[in-house]
Amino acid sequence: MTELINLSAAALAEKLRSGEVTSVEAVQAHLDRIAAVDGGERGVHAFLHVNAEEALAVAAEVDAIRAAGGAEADSLHPLAGVPIAIKDLIVTVGQPTTAASKMLEGWMSPYDATVIDKIRAAKLPMLGKTNLDEFAMGSSTEHSAYGNTRNPWDLDRIPGGSGGGSAAAVAAFEAPLALGTDTGGSIRQPGAVTGTVGVKPTYGSVSRYGAIAMASSLDQIGPVSRTVLDSAYLHELIAGHDKRDSTSLTDPVPALVEAAKAGATGDLTGLRVGVIKELTGEGYQAGVQQRFDESLELLKAAGAEVVEVSCPNFKYALGAYYLIMPSEVSSNLAKFDGVRYGQRVLPKDGPVTIERVMGATRAAGFGDEVKRRIILGTYALSAGYYDAYYGSAQQVRTLVQRDFDAAFEQADVLVSPTSPNVAFEFGSKSDDPLSMYLNDVATIPANLAGVPGISVPGGLSEGLPVGIQFLAPAREDARVYRAGAALEKLLEDAWGAPLITQAPELAAAIEEGAA
Amino acid sequence: MSATENLVDFETALQTYDPVLGFEVHVELNTKTKMFSSAPNAFGDAPNTNVNEVDLGLPGVLPVVNKTAVESAIMIGLALNCQIAEKCGFARKNYFYPDTPKNFQTSQYDDPIAFDGFLDVELEDGEVFRVEIERAHMEEDAGKLTHMGGAAGRIQGADFSLVDYNRAGVPLIEIVTKPIVGAGTRAPEVAKAYVAAIREIVRNLGVSDARMERGNVRCDANVSLMRKDAEAFGTRTETKNVNSLRAVDHAVRFEISRQAGLLDAGESIIQETRHWHEDTRTTTSGRPKSDADDYRYFPEPDLVPIVTTAEWIEELRSRLPEPPAERRKRLKADWGYSDAEFRDVVNAGLLEAIEETIAAGATAAVARKWWMGEISRLAKNAEVEPTELGVTSATIIELNALIEAQKINDKIARQVLEYVIAGEGAPAEIVEKRGLAVVNDDSALGAAIDDAMAQMPDVVEKIKGGKLQAVGALIGPVMKATRGQADAGRVREIVLEKLGVDG
Repeated sequence: MTELINLSAAALAEKLRSGEVTSVEAVQAHLDRIAAVDGGERGVHAFLHVNAEEALAVAAEVDAIRAAGGAEADSLHPLAGVPIAIKDLIVTVGQPTTAASKMLEGWMSPYDATVIDKIRAAKLPMLGKTNLDEFAMGSSTEHSAYGNTRNPWDLDRIPGGSGGGSAAAVAAFEAPLALGTDTGGSIRQPGAVTGTVGVKPTYGSVSRYGAIAMASSLDQIGPVSRTVLDSAYLHELIAGHDKRDSTSLTDPVPALVEAAKAGATGDLTGLRVGVIKELTGEGYQAGVQQRFDESLELLKAAGAEVVEVSCPNFKYALGAYYLIMPSEVSSNLAKFDGVRYGQRVLPKDGPVTIERVMGATRAAGFGDEVKRRIILGTYALSAGYYDAYYGSAQQVRTLVQRDFDAAFEQADVLVSPTSPNVAFEFGSKSDDPLSMYLNDVATIPANLAGVPGISVPGGLSEGLPVGIQFLAPAREDARVYRAGAALEKLLEDAWGAPLITQAPELAAAIEEGAA
Repeated sequence: MSATENLVDFETALQTYDPVLGFEVHVELNTKTKMFSSAPNAFGDAPNTNVNEVDLGLPGVLPVVNKTAVESAIMIGLALNCQIAEKCGFARKNYFYPDTPKNFQTSQYDDPIAFDGFLDVELEDGEVFRVEIERAHMEEDAGKLTHMGGAAGRIQGADFSLVDYNRAGVPLIEIVTKPIVGAGTRAPEVAKAYVAAIREIVRNLGVSDARMERGNVRCDANVSLMRKDAEAFGTRTETKNVNSLRAVDHAVRFEISRQAGLLDAGESIIQETRHWHEDTRTTTSGRPKSDADDYRYFPEPDLVPIVTTAEWIEELRSRLPEPPAERRKRLKADWGYSDAEFRDVVNAGLLEAIEETIAAGATAAVARKWWMGEISRLAKNAEVEPTELGVTSATIIELNALIEAQKINDKIARQVLEYVIAGEGAPAEIVEKRGLAVVNDDSALGAAIDDAMAQMPDVVEKIKGGKLQAVGALIGPVMKATRGQADAGRVREIVLEKLGVDG
């Protein structure tokens, strides 16, 4: 069954359609893989909850429909029967949703997120819920209340964050597909450091309904996979207008699969690729920069016109982000008070009043990083500081958008390393929040401007994956798929195989799993 | 020293001070669904039944603006002669309270949908007073807390509190006036007339049930005093939830007396919210409220701005009903009331009640007679609004029908009304149950009349002598003997018959 977990989602879907394998077999193979590599002291720990029974039931249903044939079988979604993992920030009926926080330990949502509605309708078996930094706050998944997720490339290193669980699950062949959420890079940066593909769609193009809000104006749900084409399939499935989300765009879903297939020919003739001056060079690890430069050469060779663009305000983006995000966090997390759901902690002594219960609940329920951001945001929004902090940050946000507008006059897509460094070791930055925040320097501008971005594997540095990020104007998600798929193809041709097959720890684990 | 010991007589207070008023009136809209969710907006259902995940503020939920509520807001703005914003947004007002599920209220902050309007209110003598409107903005209502185990439902001393989120998310329009100056001794009257006018407008528009007793219209009254020679406003207090027209009048009156007392004694007014107590018609201190209360407002990132077009606004304007002033003119003519009669009806706040009663089939005279007469009298005794007694158009029509059929007389009808109010049922039912039907049985009446005539031979003589009005003296004892159930007209006929006098 090992070969089943090695398949891309598209390839697996093809085998399901042809009847070569059943969905139950595919789901079981992934459940076996999870059992083999996820748990234990040296396990990947990508999953907070495994949903075997329901996943197998959905798989059996798909198999039955296929076996019966006819119109129902013909109308199945192309990904029907392909298993998927869900970031535990997205609410699901019948499975716990914790946001990796003690605050929601044991909480069961009574409603499904819109993306989950779509996943259910398309009949993708959900393998379970994946780990993350608590309430999606972090860049390493070290801030989960339920323990670290390990990077399958080196189990002593972080898998990125906050979507470390989703990225690691896909990198470790525990799932061919996963959903993540990206507020400042939480899909793309974990993708980069785990050698997977992660996409942040255009803001508003995928409904946020049911994604536990971190920073509403920045959050976006997106796909995680091992190939660009797989992300395109999943992205098309989850996109589209949702009347339950006011910020949801009414645009038709773009032809992303088509764009990815077009890109995979490796021909980029006529595509103008802009290198963002401010997102290369200083601050980027030498190995990361080197892989990036090599990628640029490949793009040029494929016919792309590479130009340098300047986004002078990007240097303020990180600062603006770390004011806007915590401001929204401070308001969005106010609902976690122990009154209606989740944990309720009574004060150890003294009177049991509403204020004291809220205080005790939050003291016990929230981790340090969450508290840090709530306090920061509360301060930034407070009277007398609003203009200096939140107001200025919003102005910077406008400037960043203008930088993008100007850059996209010169280039069809922009390109940069996704993360300035490869995966670091656990604990090496967790005592220094500011250095941790620098991990998101290249991904944050896209969230501030609402534009789409993709991270594709760009090779190894010190034996660890490096990610290459493409950005496109809002609503032009197809462009990042075209460019991403082209680079993926060019690199695979150069390497002779997908990058993911070069992971040493994984190879060992796969052998153990198969044995 | 308690403030109540220091009250200055209202008239005296206003010799020294000019009152400055301000009102925040919250109007609950009667939309089918809530402001930001698809849950039903309904009153009186079992707790926590009209809620969905959005109203409960569950993790992951997002608000969606109710378009009908926006249209209602615009119509209210237009009726208040306001400008309508071309583009406006929502903000989050962050504060912690168990009846606000998200721990912030979604409201409008610096860009209300309607602003800079005015409302001309008619006072009791027909004088028109213009109240300037600062803004009318949209927001959502909070849930309802019931404190258990303490005294009188207060949170102090309570063992626990129950939360009902049915009201959470009900659309509200908050109408805020500019400072109202120059009302002088008529301040309480202006206050009452203003709130009455708002209520009338929103009811006319059909956007709210406008029932103050249910909290559909809720008023917070700001009052401050400035010495007659002063240039700046004094410190104001905000009396919360003054939720009847009478209370608005009384609360303003009380605050003027109280504040004058403090100012006369050289003390200063604390800027605070105050609680209104209907039983004692006084206010007591609530929480301090400074202008710097930090709600950490910021633009609601989950909602996109509302953009209004000229066409949309004009379409809504075309839906506005007849303005109340014109409507009053028309009704007065239709009903044939005199100026004084009509003004009394308006001042009593009974225009709608009478209109409804007439629409239900009563004549204008009958509707007026009951609402302005017995119902108002009983309401006064009970210290409530006439419309709060529970008397319906149907009650009046039924009572009147019983009188016309000579089943009961006027006096008994008034008694029956009291029994209706006491909850004994519909008029006919009460007449039946209590055996109040007029005694039309001539033999029974005859005996009572014979007794009365026997006891008052002088009266009998007078009648025989042609003084027919003397019959009245016999009617009293006959009524007494029949426990008021005799028909006075029939008694008169029988007496005249018996004495062979031609009536």
